[in-house]
Amino acid sequence: MASESLAPSGQLLRQRRIELIVRSSLSVVGLVSVVVTIAIVASLLLPTLEFFSEISIAEFFTSKVWAPLFNPPRFGVLPLVTGTFLVMSVAVILAVPCGLGAAFYLSEYASPRLRKVVKPVLEVLAGIPTVVLGFFALNFVNPQVVQKFWPIGDVGTFSALSAGLVVGVAILPLMASLAEDAMSAVPNSLRDGALALGATRREVCTGVIFPAALSGIVAAVVLAFSRAIGETTIALMAAGSNPRFTLNPGNGVQTMASFIGFAGIGDQPTGSTGYKTIFAVGSLLFIITFLLNILSIRVVRRFREAYE
Amino acid sequence: MNLEAISPAAPPLGHKIASSRLWRDRIFRSILLLSIAVALLTLFTLLIDTFLEGRPRLNGALLENMPSGRPARAGLQSAIFGSLWLVGITSLVSLPLGVGTAIFLEEYAPKNSRYIRLIELNIQNMAGVPSVVFGILGLAFIARGPLSWGFTVRTGAMVLTILVLPLVIIASREAIRAVPPSIRDGSLALGATQWQTIWRQVLPAAVPGIATGSILSASRALGESAPLLLLGALSFVTFNPTSLDSGYTVLPLLIFKYASDAKAEFHVVAAAAIIVLLVVLLAMNATAILVRNRFQKRL
Amino acid sequence: MMAAALVAAGCGGDSDGGSASELSGQIKIDGSSTVTPLISLAAEDFQAEHSRVQVTVGTSGTGGGFEKFCNGETDFSMASRKIQDSEIEACQANNIEPFELVVANDGLSVVVHPDNDWADCLTVAQLKTIWAPDSKVNNWNQVDRSFPNQKLTLFGAGSDSGTFDYFTLAVNGEEGSTRTDYNPSEDDNVTITGVSGDKGAMGYFGLSYLLENEGKIKGVEIDGGDGCVEANSETVQSGEYKPLGRELFIYTQADAAQRPEVKAFSDFYLQNQATLTEEALFVPLTDAQVEKAKEELAKIDAA
Repeated sequence: MASESLAPSGQLLRQRRIELIVRSSLSVVGLVSVVVTIAIVASLLLPTLEFFSEISIAEFFTSKVWAPLFNPPRFGVLPLVTGTFLVMSVAVILAVPCGLGAAFYLSEYASPRLRKVVKPVLEVLAGIPTVVLGFFALNFVNPQVVQKFWPIGDVGTFSALSAGLVVGVAILPLMASLAEDAMSAVPNSLRDGALALGATRREVCTGVIFPAALSGIVAAVVLAFSRAIGETTIALMAAGSNPRFTLNPGNGVQTMASFIGFAGIGDQPTGSTGYKTIFAVGSLLFIITFLLNILSIRVVRRFREAYE
Repeated sequence: MNLEAISPAAPPLGHKIASSRLWRDRIFRSILLLSIAVALLTLFTLLIDTFLEGRPRLNGALLENMPSGRPARAGLQSAIFGSLWLVGITSLVSLPLGVGTAIFLEEYAPKNSRYIRLIELNIQNMAGVPSVVFGILGLAFIARGPLSWGFTVRTGAMVLTILVLPLVIIASREAIRAVPPSIRDGSLALGATQWQTIWRQVLPAAVPGIATGSILSASRALGESAPLLLLGALSFVTFNPTSLDSGYTVLPLLIFKYASDAKAEFHVVAAAAIIVLLVVLLAMNATAILVRNRFQKRL
Repeated sequence: MMAAALVAAGCGGDSDGGSASELSGQIKIDGSSTVTPLISLAAEDFQAEHSRVQVTVGTSGTGGGFEKFCNGETDFSMASRKIQDSEIEACQANNIEPFELVVANDGLSVVVHPDNDWADCLTVAQLKTIWAPDSKVNNWNQVDRSFPNQKLTLFGAGSDSGTFDYFTLAVNGEEGSTRTDYNPSEDDNVTITGVSGDKGAMGYFGLSYLLENEGKIKGVEIDGGDGCVEANSETVQSGEYKPLGRELFIYTQADAAQRPEVKAFSDFYLQNQATLTEEALFVPLTDAQVEKAKEELAKIDAA
């Protein structure tokens, strides 16, 4: 055995140095996402606090008139909340059952050939830009579907229903894909066992797959809610700009997100109360979607059934 | 032996299932098919309706001309170049940042640290934040406020980078995670350092997944409209960007502008622009799927 | 002597149309959506002659435009009403002295759905009943008992809009005074879309939008005290269409206007205003207005 020095070679030292550099730079990079989140919260927080030093919280949350950009300004956020609620409800009523149905079919019934066709179609649907969907909602869905078939009241050019239906179509692929992931995670042994006991495929779906994949499905539903609430462009183009306190989806409404877009286009003077309403409403929107996202993560963690 | 005695609910061998069960099964199956039909039908209606409306204006002039107040002459050039600039810069910046973060989280970070879990939670939340909130962030901090970069390409690219970063991180993490531990162990056993292992073994193996993720996030950046609405990209711009400090517009916002115009002729241009955008997005998604399928078999 | 000659050359402005493509730089314009179509046309044609100049035209509304202008962020501010004293003060606080140029004449037209055959002519008093701040009118038969039972949906300008300021002043007697439960928009196109899709709808915007979308919407004659008057070029220029006739403006300031490309743009506009206003379906300037504009430009040069 040659007597080689046990001291680390030059190359090894260099490697170690590179290792150190890489490790520290990567950990810095990892901080970027944290910095960004802090920046989001900070950018929303300060103007919001300023806003609430001028406008009473009571008025903000209880008044039914939203007219922040007029004189005299009124700051009741409830119309935006009901508007958001209307669009979200329609969207979720469409997307959750259809998404679940599509997921069940793809997971339990479909032949490989059909899957090869349907999955890309859903991916294409998911990739359609919201401005395209908004255009579709305004020019096709509202005149051809909503105006012709909605029975309650008169339906004008803009309606929560047309926006809601199209938002539903926009989030359907997300719902379907997340639900299908949850269903695929259910081991085949459960399916086979049920079938061996004489269950029909439907009974396997409703009795076995659904309960087993429940956590994933619930997480998917919560995420669907979250996305429907945050959708801006479709509501901006098809729901109108009248912040009306109404529960009839045939009416035009303004949602929290579409108000932000609307005010942003109008470009409020920096520092004015109108400018600060963008941040106040933005904070509300951020908090709601943040809570929903945390809820969905929690649900998955809590109810996940281990299949090892 | 009479099966009926053993389990009355189960159909006796050789007999048909009770017809009510069978019917419920059929109805269920139809409902499921209906759900898929809703998605398919909507997509096809949208595509066909848009195609029919935009077809008259689909010609070379559409791509060559600049936007114009005169519908007959209105084109997309400045928006196409604006989108190219924005998506290009966004990808260039978000890729190293995103992949770097993913490498850090997967290979270097201690798995059980609360701090790391916080970062992961953070990233997942950011992926779910409504895109318009990123516009607010950009307006407060980047266009105005401390950075004050104004309504320029630089601002738009930075906001889009922040928006797609979580997507790149999540996709890259999955790709890195999918690399079998045996490859890492083998490399380390042969005396490579951790970084050598990552750089020479893990990353190359994860490239297809990372590529797919970056193509998909680029297509997401291409289609975004809400944040840029707050960042001045809705202006009437008839020039291509020449620097990071140029004003700009992007294809989705030009579509928004043309679609909001009351003149019906502009709606035709909007529809034609939508076709262009969709074709590009479709090509990008198809590439991503191809990459994913082609390289998935190797491992 | 040499210095004086150089200064004269710099301030006097030279219009060498031939080598105009040497001009480069950026011109930022923002403001009223009413004036945008007109200035966008001008910007387009100007850039056709001077391809190295980058002109951006934003639509933040008259008020939003002034805010940016007084912050020094834009070179021209488009407005569908005169600049207010508070805005002049804000500009002067930043050492910006606004100069006013009238670019066109306009009439604020009130429009309804084409199938609306009962509101052919409305008095200012009737408009006020509909649009007053505390108005609860939501049906046409509340405006006049002879009108049918039809739900009234309102569309109009947003509060950042000069059109809004002008309309509220003319109809309700005070700028900014209006009911708030309608569909506002800074973008007059959205108003047209809204009105054209709803039988009982009513909206208001500049004359050019009415003329460009005839068939989709119907203009209402306004009785300003002397009978029903239709909104068109003649009645606006003669002043007969009242009280909703108005001027449209762009504002600039000396520092910006001394840049050759900005000056060239103002000159270009004035030279071509007749064709531009006609193409944009506005009412062209009278000779007196053109003279006044030239005087203003000369004042800027001397500043």
